[in-house]
Amino acid sequence: MKHICLYFQVHQPFRLRIYRFFDIGVSHEYYHDINNRALIQRIARKCYLPMNALLNRLIDKWGPERFSVSFAISGMALEQMQLYVPEVLESFQALYATGGVELIGETYAHSLASLKSRVEFEAQVKEHRQALKKLFSAEPVVFRNTELIYYDEVAQWVSKLGFSAMLAEGADTLLGWRSPNFLYHSEKAPLKLLLRNYRFSDDIAFRFSNRDWSEWPLTAEKYAQWLEELPEDQTLVNLFMDYETFGEHQWAETGIFEFFEHWVELMLGQKRAIFITPSQVLRKHTSVSSIAVPVPLSWADSERDLTAWLGNELQVDAFDTLYDLEAQVRDHEDPGIRRDWLRLQTSDHFYYMCTKFFSDGDVHKYFNPYHSPYEAYVTYMNVLSDFRERLTLSLE
Amino acid sequence: MRVLMLGWEFPPRIAGGLAVACYGLVKGLVYHGVEVTFVMPLRTGEELSNGYRLLGANEIEIPFHHSISLPPFWHQVTFYGVHTLLGPYLEQITTPFLEFSSVPEPVSLREEGLFRLEFSGKYGPDLLNEVYRYAYAVSHLAERVEFDVIHAHDWLTYLGGIWLKQKTGKPLVVHVHATEYDRSGEYPNPAIRSIEKMGMEAADLVIAVSFYTRSLIVEKYGIAADKVWAVHNAVLPKDRAPVSRPPSHRKVVTFLGRVTFQKGPEYFVEAAARVAPYVPEAHFVVAGTGDLLRPVIRRVAELRLGARFSFTGFLPPAEVERLFDLSDLYVMPSVSEPFGISALEALRAGVPVIISKQSGVAEVLPHALKVDFWDVEALSDLMYGVLRYKGIRPFFLRHAQEEIAQLQWERSSARVVEAYKYILS
Repeated sequence: MKHICLYFQVHQPFRLRIYRFFDIGVSHEYYHDINNRALIQRIARKCYLPMNALLNRLIDKWGPERFSVSFAISGMALEQMQLYVPEVLESFQALYATGGVELIGETYAHSLASLKSRVEFEAQVKEHRQALKKLFSAEPVVFRNTELIYYDEVAQWVSKLGFSAMLAEGADTLLGWRSPNFLYHSEKAPLKLLLRNYRFSDDIAFRFSNRDWSEWPLTAEKYAQWLEELPEDQTLVNLFMDYETFGEHQWAETGIFEFFEHWVELMLGQKRAIFITPSQVLRKHTSVSSIAVPVPLSWADSERDLTAWLGNELQVDAFDTLYDLEAQVRDHEDPGIRRDWLRLQTSDHFYYMCTKFFSDGDVHKYFNPYHSPYEAYVTYMNVLSDFRERLTLSLE
Repeated sequence: MRVLMLGWEFPPRIAGGLAVACYGLVKGLVYHGVEVTFVMPLRTGEELSNGYRLLGANEIEIPFHHSISLPPFWHQVTFYGVHTLLGPYLEQITTPFLEFSSVPEPVSLREEGLFRLEFSGKYGPDLLNEVYRYAYAVSHLAERVEFDVIHAHDWLTYLGGIWLKQKTGKPLVVHVHATEYDRSGEYPNPAIRSIEKMGMEAADLVIAVSFYTRSLIVEKYGIAADKVWAVHNAVLPKDRAPVSRPPSHRKVVTFLGRVTFQKGPEYFVEAAARVAPYVPEAHFVVAGTGDLLRPVIRRVAELRLGARFSFTGFLPPAEVERLFDLSDLYVMPSVSEPFGISALEALRAGVPVIISKQSGVAEVLPHALKVDFWDVEALSDLMYGVLRYKGIRPFFLRHAQEEIAQLQWERSSARVVEAYKYILS
């Protein structure tokens, strides 16, 4: 009997509008409201609503003790749901009320603050906690950092914040010969680690509809069989992916919904597995070993490092310029300043400036509003210039 | 392998990218062991020659006949005796307009029965006339120069190429550095277009300087796609150290090229006008001349930006290099640019470039800053970004150096040699 831990990331950034240098000091409207609304409405229609309905049906049929899932919903996504698609927030609330859902903590802005500032990082974790409490009456006990960025120091901060476990990438560099299909713990902090099985996760998230893949088409039977072939003692399989995988990255026409439902039915019906959440994993498993990660790892691209966000001079300059403002924003009361400070920290802005076109370009292009990284950089820097001007003016 | 190459300009006579490209290509071919004889209209003796033979059409001795037998294709050409500004480059108009006469006139009788034709070697209203004389002169090389392939650069030399091919049966390659559609937009000069089309049709193989140009050749001239190869231009390594910049906080933004419709100088001015008030240290240079120069200067005056602009007129190569050394940004907003070799020259000098998406050079510079030529707002935003935000310069130059290292004439010439072998087999 396998324990399958499903975790879905729900996040949408506030994408910037075309903001030219001559807008600096003139307009403080930074966001592409029309596109942001249209996009989340589309994703709601294609992914959030149908997939929530499917999960609801499965929880209903099998009961939360056999079928539960977990989500991290960023503050940016929660805000946009409230603004543009309140029915989606209600749908998540209803799903949470079934008892078959665990909500995971993260940084409110889906930011890279952990790489720059502990103070900012902790402030955002607390802000996200408050949002979960307010909207779901939920208290997260497990944490995930933006894009599964993980390293020892963050483990210490997260543990101090009261979390008992954290999700991370089951990268080869971290595991070596070891398998991700066990529970681990941090060497530096009292914190358990659930590691993503990237092979099984990406079979669904990336390869499912790829006709060049030798295993295409992926059937529920085949996938179940692969899980079956794992060594007997490897009972835990962590499948972590973007929620938008269902219906958006993989369109409904690819059969992703049918695949998922059929596979779950197959696993449960033949008693080959149950689906549990991270905190249930903590109760049912014990850590087999400690893990040390001195250098940050992520779940992105083939390198599993930070180069997707901070890999070139454009990104580094934008990132440094942003956090140069941290001290000035720190005690700022103005709700508009606070709102924009968070929205501008979202990691996607830096992702759009990435120039690794060739190997992982397909993923990077997804939802990317820009034609080139330069455009992304210049637009972001224009907005940041205006934001800095506002800060300076307000503090005078 | 022996190549008879027909071209209109060669260093140090440079009006635009054509001479630079011909020079780089010839050097690359010599590197690959190809014997090149390059025939230009007028040889003055100053031309660089190292490992190849340079010949002027003005030096070709032509036997005098009372009736000249013209080749059959001659009658397919529609001749227009129209007083118009023809040609790829519109500056340097020095000769008065001459009525075209289909039979070249003997100009200087050297000895009994032999004469030479005179050439200005320039671009002007007399250009078509000179094009025909050039063709007539080079056709006499059929018996005098040994070669395996004829290689003709741009429409100016196509007639000569066709004539030589008909006389000798040797294969013809025409090399398209620009088409009449690039120069004149949707309303090509019919005389030039018909010569271009005839050359492309008569050729055994057409070389285009980019995929952008290749698709124009296929679409606008109806040439079979498999007959057209794209061979990108390259850039010769820099052979001198950069001049040191005077201490100045000025930031120089440069437009370099003929000031004509094709090069989009108006878009440069409009974008500069947007940037100027926001970047007080920016100074804008328009280097080049052409039929739009006066309207462009007028527009700058109208915008009250005279103090922020410099107009240098036409610059010789050494001055161009100096200008790049002093530039902080090079902008090439071409409406239609078959290649755009000057972008590579700017890069070679370590200057960030913004190029239009409607340019062939965009194909070989994946990391360049690109913009639609008409999108003045996006162009100005990128200009502002390069001048104001410090992330772009180091990032761009690092990638550009890698890309430019790939663009060697040895490599492009190898492809041309491949093309010769292909048509000879």
